[in-house]
Amino acid sequence: MVTVKIDEIEVQVQEDTPILKAAEKAGIWIPTMCHSELFEPYGVCRLCSVEVIRGKRSRIVTACNYPVREGLTIQTNSAKIQWIRKIIMELMLSRWPNVKVVKETAEKLGIKESRFPSLERDEAEDACILCGRCVNVCREVVQAEILAFAYRGIKREVVLPFGEQSDKCIVCGACALVCPTGHIKMVIEDYKGKKPEFTLGPKTSIYVPTMQGIPRVPVIDAESCIHFKTGGCETCAKVCEPHAINYDMKEEVVEIDAGQILLTTGYDIFDGSKMAQFGYGMLDNVYSSLEFELMLNSTGPTGGKVQLKNGKAPRAVGILHCIGSRDHEHHPYCSRVCCMYALKFAHLVHDRTEAAIYQFYIDMRAFGKGYEEFYSRLLDEGITMIRGKAAEVVESTWSKNGDGSLLIRCEDTLIGKFREVPVDMVILCNAMEPQKDVDAIRRVFSISKSPDGFFLERHPKLDPTSTMSDGIYIAGCAQGPKDIPDTVAQASSAAAHILSYISKGEVEIDPVRAWIDEKYCSGCRICNSLCPYTAIDFIEDKKISIVNDVLCKGCGTCVAACPASAITGKGFSDAQILAELEGLLEI
Amino acid sequence: MAKPKLALYWAASCGGCDVAVLDIEVKILDVAAFFDIVFWPCATDFKYKDVEAMPDKSITLCLFNGSIRNSENEKLAKLLRAKSVVLVAFGSCAQEGCIPALANLTTKEAIFKTVYLDTPSTHNPDKIFPQPVTKVKEGDLEIPVFWEKVKSLDQVVDVDYYIPGCPPQSTQVAAVIEAVIDILKNGKPLPPKGTILGAGDKTCCDECPRTRKEKKVKQFYRLHEILINPDECLLDQGIVCMGPATRSGCGALCVKANVPCRGCYGAPPNVHDQGLKMLSAISSVIDAQEPDEIDKIINTIADPTGTFYRFSMAHSTLKIADL
Repeated sequence: MVTVKIDEIEVQVQEDTPILKAAEKAGIWIPTMCHSELFEPYGVCRLCSVEVIRGKRSRIVTACNYPVREGLTIQTNSAKIQWIRKIIMELMLSRWPNVKVVKETAEKLGIKESRFPSLERDEAEDACILCGRCVNVCREVVQAEILAFAYRGIKREVVLPFGEQSDKCIVCGACALVCPTGHIKMVIEDYKGKKPEFTLGPKTSIYVPTMQGIPRVPVIDAESCIHFKTGGCETCAKVCEPHAINYDMKEEVVEIDAGQILLTTGYDIFDGSKMAQFGYGMLDNVYSSLEFELMLNSTGPTGGKVQLKNGKAPRAVGILHCIGSRDHEHHPYCSRVCCMYALKFAHLVHDRTEAAIYQFYIDMRAFGKGYEEFYSRLLDEGITMIRGKAAEVVESTWSKNGDGSLLIRCEDTLIGKFREVPVDMVILCNAMEPQKDVDAIRRVFSISKSPDGFFLERHPKLDPTSTMSDGIYIAGCAQGPKDIPDTVAQASSAAAHILSYISKGEVEIDPVRAWIDEKYCSGCRICNSLCPYTAIDFIEDKKISIVNDVLCKGCGTCVAACPASAITGKGFSDAQILAELEGLLEI
Repeated sequence: MAKPKLALYWAASCGGCDVAVLDIEVKILDVAAFFDIVFWPCATDFKYKDVEAMPDKSITLCLFNGSIRNSENEKLAKLLRAKSVVLVAFGSCAQEGCIPALANLTTKEAIFKTVYLDTPSTHNPDKIFPQPVTKVKEGDLEIPVFWEKVKSLDQVVDVDYYIPGCPPQSTQVAAVIEAVIDILKNGKPLPPKGTILGAGDKTCCDECPRTRKEKKVKQFYRLHEILINPDECLLDQGIVCMGPATRSGCGALCVKANVPCRGCYGAPPNVHDQGLKMLSAISSVIDAQEPDEIDKIINTIADPTGTFYRFSMAHSTLKIADL
């Protein structure tokens, strides 16, 4: 440790610490422009110049990269330094008069205008000020070395090598992140790796996949993470205080022996962009229900504030029911939860903003405990209910570029009139639909799906949690759209089913089983892959297949397929069926 | 004691079955020594009237090969049935129709048109077709009447036993003949009527040396479309092999020669319709879920009827053999 004196304040720091850091510790502000914590000090803008006094000699050095030594006296705001800063800032102001960061820093230093004319005056607000942050971050952090300075003097600029796009650029956006003026912008075209569940904006390669997930920890998308591509970056590890980032973790496949399985794979939401008339994905401020839920979340990107893309509060909000559900073009079924969450949205928007709220509904389905009361309360809150499914959402003709005025067109069936309702935010109540991989999951567990695509229960009324496969249970939206109370009830029922078997310790099975006659089986293995219950095993040394009596459900698929007729359904042999037919036909 | 009498006859067949009898090599001498061969048009000179002159049930054993294509075949089948104690349907044609019965997929008219008019080497401007009776100045000339459909032997007369194969394997023929000689010499009881002799109870797969996996077929290949792995199950490789639906007994000769089983040993025990059973099995191992994809895979099977019913058409559920 060494002791240095900065502006009469004594501070103890490690030897070789840059003056800038020591000053920070002493609570002294030194202006910077090209500096960033992410890479080694560059010292190009000279704005952080300070006066170092050792004995009777004084020197002007840059604070960002000058290491402290025992007994240094540093002046950060001497007349000489003020004069240097003034010249630097005036030179910058003369060339880039409208750049925010330049103006702000100048203002902070008490500099109003420049005395110098400029040969290369750039009026742009996002002009490049040649600080070199982008070049440094690309070289040192990303290690892609895509950006570099070219030419000299007033012609100096940041370029791509030979002015061409390079495939070495991994589109990480680090340059845009560090650019102090916004000269470098990221244009999000499409997400490269696995998409986060849903989002209100671009995401980084490290993100929290599910807001409600437990534990709520971020994951790294190895497909787009720079570290996994170049071995560099590690920015997240550098900034993570508890050192929780571990790049060595791998995806693991864990095998668990289980006697019973409860499937709760949930649902997906209907992609609103399939119904182009509502403008989802094309018009600003048209949100899906889950996106809006994220906006309402107090830990979400807006901290729970309801706002438009331009940051302003909405003046009128339209909530559109039945997007993709109760629609023969898409899903004929009712998604059951939308009416109530639409009312909740309305209530929260009413609570948090001054906006007028319009609900466009086919009919209100407030069927649960306390639901109808909530609906009545909403009506008292002054929500405008319009009975009629919205026909389309368009940009209003008076909408100025980006002010986002929208027009919802619909037929109000209660007054029998066509209406156009001006709003500036639209929330779509997207249908719940089966997960995209429902068929793959179904095959793994040998269960069926109902015509709507959700998993099929054993009996819709009497056994809604079991499936036709013993030991496989379903609950929640994997079985069909339902709200939280219904899901909890169904899941509890499934858990009770499972526990009853566990406590009983044994299972009864049906006597209808397939049976392979060893005398006739030649082990062709045609039946092996057919069994939907994986009940057929091939005995390698005997070269025959056998049926596992416990797993077999007696469906008869293998009986029909066996080319040697070596498999018989017990109680349904050919001879028995033919005898039955003969008996029938004799009458 | 007089020697037991043996008759052999060929109806609609290629002659391969007669060759298969001779293919038992030196054992044919045992046959000649033990039996009195009374009728064998392929090898000896007997006339039909010689047979007609025999008393009923005077022939101990008759090995009848060939299917019933025309009136002459049928007449001889009935004649030999009457004269024989034991009538054996010898070979696939007599047992289940075999290749001749594939003609049941078409009509007599169409066959005559092809044979007597359409073949490129035929010159028949007057469109003359064979007639059962032709009058010439010396009298009436008769030729057998061509039936509409081909039948197996047991669809015309009562059959005691069957020896399958196209042709039956010589080792199996020799074994059957040895067993018959043993029974007749030592007065042992005959096997139950309808027994299939010279074959096993399992399928061709039982004798096949190839390694089999769980079957999932994405595309069916014809032989020239694929380099066959000699150690792997042909069906696993996408080649339609009738082995799984064919009775064992041949020793899996074809598959050992890298050619798929064609099914000549007929349906295994308990199987009523070999082609249907194979079709059901094949359709079970197609590895696809979408109807379009399934159609596409099925369409890669060349000539399904001819493949699945190559030997068993006469008896098939398709019932084309109805007369």
